[in-house]
Amino acid sequence: MSRLHTRFAQLKEQNRAALVTFVTAGDPGYDTSLAILKGLPAAGADVIELGMPFTDPMADGPAIQLANIRALNARQNLVKTLQMVSEFRQDNNDTPLVLMGYFNPIHKYGVPKFIADAKEAGVDGLIVVDMPPEHNGELCDPAQAAGIDFIRLTTPTTDDVRLPTVLNGSSGFVYYVSVAGVTGAGAATLEHVEEAVTRLRRHTDLPISIGFGIRTPEQAAAIARLADGVVVGSALIDHIANAKNDQQAIDGVLSLCAALSEGVRNARK
Amino acid sequence: MTQSQTDLRNGPDVNGLFGAFGGRYVAETLMPLILDLAREYEAAKIDPAFNEELAYFQRDYVGRPSPLYFAERLTEFCGGAKIYLKREELNHTGAHKINNCIGQILLARRMGKKRIIAETGAGMHGVATATVAARFGLQCVIYMGTTDIERQQANVFRMKLLGAEVIPVVAGTGTLKDAMNEALRDWVTNVDSTFYLIGTVAGPHPYPAMVRDFQAVIGKETRDQLQAQEGRLPDSLVACIGGGSNAMGLFHPFLDDTSVEIIGVEAAGHGIETGKHAASLNGGVPGVLHGNRTFLLQDDDGQIIDAHSISAGLDYPGIGPEHAWLHDIGRVQYTSVTDDEALDAFHKCCRLEGIIPALESAHALAEVFKRAPTLPKDHLMVINLSGRGDKDMQTVMHHMEQSQQEKH
Repeated sequence: MSRLHTRFAQLKEQNRAALVTFVTAGDPGYDTSLAILKGLPAAGADVIELGMPFTDPMADGPAIQLANIRALNARQNLVKTLQMVSEFRQDNNDTPLVLMGYFNPIHKYGVPKFIADAKEAGVDGLIVVDMPPEHNGELCDPAQAAGIDFIRLTTPTTDDVRLPTVLNGSSGFVYYVSVAGVTGAGAATLEHVEEAVTRLRRHTDLPISIGFGIRTPEQAAAIARLADGVVVGSALIDHIANAKNDQQAIDGVLSLCAALSEGVRNARK
Repeated sequence: MTQSQTDLRNGPDVNGLFGAFGGRYVAETLMPLILDLAREYEAAKIDPAFNEELAYFQRDYVGRPSPLYFAERLTEFCGGAKIYLKREELNHTGAHKINNCIGQILLARRMGKKRIIAETGAGMHGVATATVAARFGLQCVIYMGTTDIERQQANVFRMKLLGAEVIPVVAGTGTLKDAMNEALRDWVTNVDSTFYLIGTVAGPHPYPAMVRDFQAVIGKETRDQLQAQEGRLPDSLVACIGGGSNAMGLFHPFLDDTSVEIIGVEAAGHGIETGKHAASLNGGVPGVLHGNRTFLLQDDDGQIIDAHSISAGLDYPGIGPEHAWLHDIGRVQYTSVTDDEALDAFHKCCRLEGIIPALESAHALAEVFKRAPTLPKDHLMVINLSGRGDKDMQTVMHHMEQSQQEKH
């Protein structure tokens, strides 16, 4: 059983959604980022998405673009990101961890070596934004063969004709991007999300997580009533951007995480 | 060499691949649009009405065919090959860019899109896009890096005169790749209304093939014109390469003519050994950026390295995937020239031919000055004079002042 499968199954039994948190590895620096990562499960994160920094994050809004720049300026790279996962796994063996980013750094690292090293480090899944199912053979198939889930983004533009193509080969969970846009953009209406979840359920049994534009415990709770997971990224990262020092960054991210978690945990009560 | 026919002009395959290069590496939000665009383009391509309209605008609006001009004084100066200039700088808006813009705007209109977005480096593609958007009454938004805005102010003003909104991009080094990222972000946000008019033979399939097809008019005309003037094929073709659209336009109709030597010229900036250059093939390795697999300037971690060239239009860390493939199979030779060599060629062209070339095109000319003197007088060489240099006055002036100061 993969950690993702186990975690979503447990939460389903508890009748609650997962809080899925996104932070960029190495933002604002390795040590602070690692402290945040290690603190997230205790602050209520059920699934962790860890961003692999890239110079050209085409699908990201300003908050995550700046997080990428801060991390790269602090000399974060893919080797260090995998090392960070290993360090996280030293004292956490059940929180699923998904690496998220763009293909080029993986391509440069070498796909077979990346998959082997990611597996070894304790990575459970991958979200690679610019890797559509048309290119499954290059990363998705070998990752899944090695037991790493490949999580697909589906969007408002993914119609019923295309959905089977996108879902074919998806595993772990399905990430529904609720607005056509970049990360951190405006939120979708609940009606839209409800419709989308209903539509996705017709095509898949995988857990459905909703992301993009979710910033507050109230918004998280509202989504948690409709879907299996709630993804929050830019709002957490804003606490790193606005922090005056590293401790403030850690405290800011973890306290928002705790508040979001409370929202998600109480949503269906 | 023999005239044996090969099939180098058939690419890409259904997945948009030229050998191992190209493809569709984009976010899922864009996939349905890109698939739709590919379908629409395939339909338009074989629609006689679309082609008639395209031909009409190429002739009466762009001013095609552009002349193939025998550059007598350049030829005398070099003392070798007989040099012809394909005068793309005489097109409306002053460069080859409009060939592609006219094609794509007709497609956008056919698809019912109301809003056009584009990225621009030197501003020539931005101006050409703003021009066709004005002509067809469509809203137009141009993304341009702040560094490029600074060095191409005249073009920024032209775009505004034509009714376009120019959005400065501060991210990265504020050059072409950053403008392209921002245009992609706009597109992903405004999927229903917006047509992304990419200016070069790069990006996700079908853009590399579509832009090439619209630019191939350059090579087709060259073929007919040289046949009329000399009664035969050229012996060599030379064009500069940033993304590579002017070069692909000239080269493509000749790819299967094995007797034609084809040379693409990359921007070596301060010199490839300095790391400050824009030569993706000569100084990069394969990777994935902006929707396609191609040669990229990147570090050991796969992070994209900023390109450098005196010419804003060549200042891009990637290259069209078809060029990457032609490099890989060895059909086209890719060389490079430095900023200084391009400037020297720029001045020579002004004085010898009374033509002020774009700094981009001056890179192709610099290669000619190296190559032509060593070739026999019956060697026919065609250079794509892809743009005029009016936009580069400030850059050249600045550079001349600097070298004056260095002498004192």
